[in-house]
Amino acid sequence: MNAPATPPSPYSSAIGKSNAESHTLSVLVDNEPGVLARVVGLFSGRGFNIESLTVAEVTHETHLSRITIATSGTPEVVEQVRHQLERLVPVHSVTDLTLTVRAIERELAMVKVRGKGENRVEALRLAEAFRAKVIDATIESFIFELTGAPRKIDDFVELMRPVGLVEVSRTGIAAISRGPEPI
Amino acid sequence: MSKQMTGAEMVVEALKDQGVDVLFGYPGGAVLPIYDAIFHQNKLRHVLVRHEQGAAHAAEGYARSTGKVGVLLVTSGPGATNAVTGLTDALLDSIPLVCITGQVPTHLIGSDAFQECDTIGITRSCTKHNYLVRRIEDLPRILHEAFYVATSGRPGPVVIDIPKDIQFATGAYTFQKNIQHKTYRPQVKGDLGRIKQAVEMMAKARKPVFYTGGGVINSGPTASTLLREIVRLTGFPITSTLMGLGAYPASDKQWLGMLGMHGSFEANNAMHDCDLMICVGARFDDRITGRLDAFSPHSKKIHIDIDASSINKNVKVDLGIVGDCAHVLEDMVRLWRTSAAKADPAALVKWWGHIDHWRARNSFAFRNSNKIIKPQHAVRRLYELTRDRDVYITTEVGQHQMWAAQHFHFDEPNRWMTSGGLGTMGYGLPAAIGAQMAHPNSLVIDIAGEASILMNMQEMSTAAQYRLPVKIFILNNQYMGMVRQWQELLHGGRYSESYTESLPDFVKLAQAYGAHGIRCSDPADLDAAIKEMIDTPQAVIFDCLVDQKENCFPMIPSGKAHNEMLLADLGDDAGIEIGSVIDEKGKMLV
Repeated sequence: MNAPATPPSPYSSAIGKSNAESHTLSVLVDNEPGVLARVVGLFSGRGFNIESLTVAEVTHETHLSRITIATSGTPEVVEQVRHQLERLVPVHSVTDLTLTVRAIERELAMVKVRGKGENRVEALRLAEAFRAKVIDATIESFIFELTGAPRKIDDFVELMRPVGLVEVSRTGIAAISRGPEPI
Repeated sequence: MSKQMTGAEMVVEALKDQGVDVLFGYPGGAVLPIYDAIFHQNKLRHVLVRHEQGAAHAAEGYARSTGKVGVLLVTSGPGATNAVTGLTDALLDSIPLVCITGQVPTHLIGSDAFQECDTIGITRSCTKHNYLVRRIEDLPRILHEAFYVATSGRPGPVVIDIPKDIQFATGAYTFQKNIQHKTYRPQVKGDLGRIKQAVEMMAKARKPVFYTGGGVINSGPTASTLLREIVRLTGFPITSTLMGLGAYPASDKQWLGMLGMHGSFEANNAMHDCDLMICVGARFDDRITGRLDAFSPHSKKIHIDIDASSINKNVKVDLGIVGDCAHVLEDMVRLWRTSAAKADPAALVKWWGHIDHWRARNSFAFRNSNKIIKPQHAVRRLYELTRDRDVYITTEVGQHQMWAAQHFHFDEPNRWMTSGGLGTMGYGLPAAIGAQMAHPNSLVIDIAGEASILMNMQEMSTAAQYRLPVKIFILNNQYMGMVRQWQELLHGGRYSESYTESLPDFVKLAQAYGAHGIRCSDPADLDAAIKEMIDTPQAVIFDCLVDQKENCFPMIPSGKAHNEMLLADLGDDAGIEIGSVIDEKGKMLV
């Protein structure tokens, strides 16, 4: 008997195989103590990947928080991640934004660059091209603020490297579905 | 109507309102106010265990044998950490528990106070849900919500961590029946379209098999009744996991016996060769599937489970139905009755012909002896001599557990309590205590091994205190038998640390605990000794000295498929050559 074409188990198909995909999940949870630990613990306990995770309370009256998690794995693994999250008692809903709708993903980064002379001019010129804002400046440094898709931020950071990149702080992904409907 | 009372009184009041009559626990500094509230009433019966792990297993035994929630009460720090094994056990076997833990006063949390531990952090991954109570106003809701969460959907353990100052604080207590969690609403009704599809698949099947599990028992007695009905209506064969024994009567001719690593030849071959598998409340655990990529390669698979994450987790199925077994089976029975299409009788006859051929191999057979007690024989005699009685069986973990599952037969659910998922040695005695508390006039027997029983032996003292006539039937081979068997299989018979050179004298130990001790080593004396055990009105430790070298067969070795079972070789005294059957890849598995 040949091995079946599809891996029989999400646990037996090692993450990082060729059919691994990146998915962004939106998880609505009760903002109660320990809820983030529950979500994060689930990922570490079951060997799932977290590529990015952001969380903030989005409805103050009902104490609802939205956790946006970028994860990767085979489609079976991602489905398993979703079901495991849904089992958690304080979880209201889990939406795989990658599967259901084309989502908009944004991330904010603050990028510190140090340099003088031509490098400094070049950094500022590139920042303008990326529509990054200068939010702090000294004689020998800038801090740029940049929002965009994660890919754009990656690109910007790479460009800053030769002109004096010192430090990067990124927020991780926030995502929302397109169109008039909520998730 | 709300009443003013202290947090500690709320705990007692809520337990009463939830219909709890027994709780298992151990006092300590951080739960003293609750123990004081228990002192002031006489409706709730508290069973003082000797170790908090015992409290958790006793609560499991109580829950499993009654279908109700098991409740335990332990103190902060070591009280909570000692309960962790029992909580994990309950999580893996889906047993509803509510565990109340004391905690240091709120203002001391995080200061490394005496007997402080991060109970919520520690138990987060071994409970279905847990709560730290921060305000007295939240306590009544949390207490009742805990029972809802423990029993709704897939059952499991819930921890409520209550700081001591909250136990002393006064607040308003209210109780409404049928409380619901604001978000947690498990789906109990299965999707009708999918159930219809399942019935259509069943009508087309030529080689079907029902594969059922603990979910049927957790779903309640109705699920067992409906399972019997659908199996009878369809005429399909049925097998079950270790956790599901009793949901379908073992005495019925459609029953194939347990499946899995130590399951029957006919059950495992039917699973391998079937063209339709109908999984009801089981989870394709690795003890069941064996080698995954060779698991039942030619079948369509239907999976009914209340937990959506169980579906497609280990094995990809063709039709998943999320819902409670009883609800789904009810719809399935109705649709099957009204559906015109039925499985081809001629095909079924042929299929049963295959099964009878496998059955004829009599895979649970063993070579008996008149010189030495064979462990299988001991379990069989125990079964025969107790079968007309109202009996509950618990086990520890190891060879004796598998022999009990193979040779003791159950016709009713909730009669069999064993640690399936976690495989916790030391489970059986406290679980027997829990079951005996719930069924004081029944015969409760812990089928044990001499190694496992020592792990929670201290609970004999609990049995003595409450005059619980639990019977401990030890299959004593002086080895951690399953470890020894695997060392024979995998490690060239190098029995590293699996032999216990110094065992207590179990007869004297029984006497020390105020119980009755029996020792038996001669097969000729076995029946009389078992009868003596049954007729003894107090607790008994039965030290049954059995063949030390007996292996548990049949067996699917690690990394092998269902149709690659090892069977006991009955024709040869030397027994089966098992040293070389597991390949390198299999050795990496558990």
